[in-house]
Amino acid sequence: MEDYWLVRPRAGRILWGVFAAILAATVLAELLIERHAHFGIDGIFAFNAWYGFGGCIVLIVFSKALGAMLKRTDTFYDG
Amino acid sequence: MADITAIPPGLLLVAAGLLLPLLRGRLQDALVLLVPAVTLWLVWQVPDGVVSTVTLFGHTLEPVEGTRLGRLFATVFCIMTFGGGLYALAIKQPLELAAAFVYSGSAVGVTLAGDLVTLLVFWEVMAVGSTLVVWCGGSDKAKAAGLRYLAIHLLGGVVLMAGIAGEVQATGSVELGPLTLDSPARWLILAGFLLNAGAPPLSAWLPDAYPEASPSGMVFLSAFTTKTAVYALLVTFAGAELLVWVGLYMVFYGIVYAILENDMRRILAYSIVNQVGFMVTGIGLGGALALNGAASHAFVHILYKALLLMSAGAVLHATGKRKCTDLGGLFRTMPITATLGIVGALSISAFPLTSGFVSKSMISGAATGGHLMYVWLLLAAASAGVFLHAGIKFPWFVFFQKDSGLRPKEAPLLMRLAMTFFAVLCIGIGVWPQPLYAMLPFPVDYVPYTADHVVTQLQLLLFSGLAFFAMLPALRRTLKITLDWDFFYRRFASAIAGEFTTESLRAAARAERMAELRAQRFVAGLYRHHGPEGILARSWPTGSMVLWVAVLLAAYLVLFYL
Repeated sequence: MEDYWLVRPRAGRILWGVFAAILAATVLAELLIERHAHFGIDGIFAFNAWYGFGGCIVLIVFSKALGAMLKRTDTFYDG
Repeated sequence: MADITAIPPGLLLVAAGLLLPLLRGRLQDALVLLVPAVTLWLVWQVPDGVVSTVTLFGHTLEPVEGTRLGRLFATVFCIMTFGGGLYALAIKQPLELAAAFVYSGSAVGVTLAGDLVTLLVFWEVMAVGSTLVVWCGGSDKAKAAGLRYLAIHLLGGVVLMAGIAGEVQATGSVELGPLTLDSPARWLILAGFLLNAGAPPLSAWLPDAYPEASPSGMVFLSAFTTKTAVYALLVTFAGAELLVWVGLYMVFYGIVYAILENDMRRILAYSIVNQVGFMVTGIGLGGALALNGAASHAFVHILYKALLLMSAGAVLHATGKRKCTDLGGLFRTMPITATLGIVGALSISAFPLTSGFVSKSMISGAATGGHLMYVWLLLAAASAGVFLHAGIKFPWFVFFQKDSGLRPKEAPLLMRLAMTFFAVLCIGIGVWPQPLYAMLPFPVDYVPYTADHVVTQLQLLLFSGLAFFAMLPALRRTLKITLDWDFFYRRFASAIAGEFTTESLRAAARAERMAELRAQRFVAGLYRHHGPEGILARSWPTGSMVLWVAVLLAAYLVLFYL
């Protein structure tokens, strides 16, 4: 029996396409609206887009580095 | 009305909790659903200002005082108790419900307390009630975690009591109101409040204990302890700059630990610390906008975190599994739970049209007003991180990801009803925030839905989503836990205790050996003298008796004639 449509490879490709289109739309929408920058830095074009992306990458990398030191098997406190 | 409102409305919930285990069947169900509604009604009967006073040891206590802030928190606590009760009825555990009602009732009591002593009494009852809820998880792990939880909260209670005692000693007043950090007693009060908020270094009690509770137990636990702490901080330490940094630490601590976590409900537990961090930061920023933001964020957070934990609890209930490595692909057979969980995930991420959007941005908005660029930048990065660790990670690993092969049944009807109730509130507040804004402590002239705000927020969140999927291999879960500050009391302190225990055990063993040796010698001596072969226990032959008597008589005769 074929699995749920959502997990077929074709659906995955379509979803990525839709996602990319939405991402592009949110960036392009900035051209149509009036931005109110509070500081210098957030006035840069599509600031929130690259800041959100970059911020998350930094957070993940930092977490992984911390995890390398602090991770233990999940039975560490047992017994 | 003065007669009814003179009694703290929270006591009704406490009384109902004590009554619950004695009832059966429909009467019990009715009590669970009706009492929170009646309590909510009572809360709204309490007018502004002090309603009742009690004189105790020369101090005037104010068990009931109506304030806008207190009413806001009491309202969401009652809604939470109702929704949580509805959810809990699906897996009815009367003892857990009883403990949860005592717990929530005392939380309502804190929000309407007019003085520090009343607050402390309800605070301690909360600690007891919540520990019982953890213990109702039933497993050995729950018992051990509950004990650690209780130890930390009793410590917090002692710190808070010491602070309050010092404050009363210094000022002669038990009044609950704004405090400045200028005496050791006030620092102790702050420490007591922050401990319950999940602030560093003692924050590990939260992700340690809460996930050991039952599915419904954790729903209750997520709401009251940390949010009463937020309430207390709002009343006493609004504008204390230290709280900005404590809050930011909590925000990032929650994100980083949640990113590394494998247990779905521990992810959400770390996320509680993260969200309370936003509120604590807002309290530290001070000013009407930030304080409104902190208060409204507490309100909406209780609702969407309950919703998230309900969907996680439904999964745990249906599968018996809690680790992301064991879960995945559940959207096939639990579509309603998945959809409602995603509503919660979008709300916590502050997507437009959800409740998080209309509250969280007030806090970061206050950072722009105050020209605190770094705080604002950190809060923006944290908002992106929330979507990363709770908004996508939780639903992705539980409901999508790989096919775990699990085909559990959809959640029971009462669970679905409770989740729907909270999902409707999450979206309802997001679409129509005015009723919430009207309840906030300060007048609101904030407009959440501007084109600028919607577009920038969507950019921030969606590109965080892109980062999540781009980094997915790095986020794959493993059977690991991450060490936290609790290492110091769970391993380090116990190692020290162990070390001294070894030495003292050796000494004790030596003393025991010596004592035993002595006892043996004593017994051996007794035996030698009094035993069957002992000199004092020997039976004397009759002949020797006669001989001795003859000797004595002879001696007597000799003496007589001399």
